Amino acid sequence: MKLFDKTWKLALSGVVIGLLVMLLAMSGNPTNMAICVACFIRDAAGALKLHTAAPVQYFRPEIVGFVCGSFLISMATKEYRSTAGSAPMVRFLLGAVMMIGALVFLGCPLRMVLRMSAGDLNAYVALIGFAGGVATGSCFLKKGFSLGRAYETKSLSGAVLPVLLAALLVIGVATGAYAASTEGPGSKHAPLLLALVVALVIGALAQKSRMCFAGSIRDVILMKNFDLLSIIAALFAVMTIYNIATGNFHLSFSGQPIAHSQHLWNILGMYVVGFAAVLAGGCPLRQLILAGQGSSDSAVTFLGMLLGAAFAHNFNLVGSAAKAATATDAAVPGGPAMPGKIAVIVCIVLLFVIAATNLRRKKAAK
Amino acid sequence: MAKFVEVDVRGLSCPEPVLLTMDAMEEHPGEMIRVLGDEAHTRKNIEKMLEYEHKDGQTTTRADGCFEITFQA
Repeated sequence: MKLFDKTWKLALSGVVIGLLVMLLAMSGNPTNMAICVACFIRDAAGALKLHTAAPVQYFRPEIVGFVCGSFLISMATKEYRSTAGSAPMVRFLLGAVMMIGALVFLGCPLRMVLRMSAGDLNAYVALIGFAGGVATGSCFLKKGFSLGRAYETKSLSGAVLPVLLAALLVIGVATGAYAASTEGPGSKHAPLLLALVVALVIGALAQKSRMCFAGSIRDVILMKNFDLLSIIAALFAVMTIYNIATGNFHLSFSGQPIAHSQHLWNILGMYVVGFAAVLAGGCPLRQLILAGQGSSDSAVTFLGMLLGAAFAHNFNLVGSAAKAATATDAAVPGGPAMPGKIAVIVCIVLLFVIAATNLRRKKAAK
Repeated sequence: MAKFVEVDVRGLSCPEPVLLTMDAMEEHPGEMIRVLGDEAHTRKNIEKMLEYEHKDGQTTTRADGCFEITFQA
């Protein structure tokens, strides 16, 4: 097959990324959350005290690494382009919406795949929602949805986010002024330098391979193209093998770490993420990579995710993890409280409004 | 001089560049198409799509850093 070796190379990058994710899993990152872009942005928001949810505060070096890894490789290969101007505030909203959806499900698309690789059936249920959201977004793309083009802008603009994140990391380490959880997921993390270096490499690989979870399903739907999906599939394969080998594979709905079984809200939360990701041009990880290669529009999307995470925790929009019954406490089913449920519905309505009001005027029918 | 159908995808988010190129191929079968873009990943995406569609594309880089891909639909 003429194209086999190129798809094979993309799958290989998925394997390498899978091995790096495995390294983070082995080195202290939370269970079934070796990487979660949404959760990690949320944790960083907590470190900066944008929210004060005590169990989820830690300035994740991975976020810095993804953006800076992409920045460094694109500078080195002359692919860095500082651009801006494609409806930035709409993208800000899309970032916030993606984050709200992800925090209701308790994971970004990358964590969804990692949870699937550990046998978490709730993630398979959520995949239905994610695919549905991507399909909805793709419908609007076919009808001509566009946020308009970005234009080249001053070179400095695209460099602000990578440099700022790196500086914030250094300041945090040097001053110890950031919040850091002593228990809960925020307290579980790989050693800082390891996390940073691994994330720099993943950021570079993700930039070169164009890795994107929403894009992988979108390309299958729109073009029957399996290239991007092959990267995800390879990552999934590596992590499944790792989870089985380490006894971390449990095929079940209940008892899964940092997860809940409110099926409707897992589906709707990830529907929001998939739909928003297609409208924004990429999933949360892809937004970080695009920001690193110079897109100020994606940097604004990142800001939307950051503030969306803070807002979600400050106003109880997030899903909570299910807890098994103990000797003293009844079981907790977890999932979003009423504010979170309302937020998800509002996000869905907002996405349809954004999608419907940004269709290009099509040429007259032929 | 050959007349090209021009498709300007500069600055557009994924997957618009590929979709617009595919629309042009559908609307102008057999004609020469010229796609103008600026991002490296856009160029790669369009080149891959053309490979899948068994079209021979020629990519040139302009002085301003933009790329042009020409092919027959």
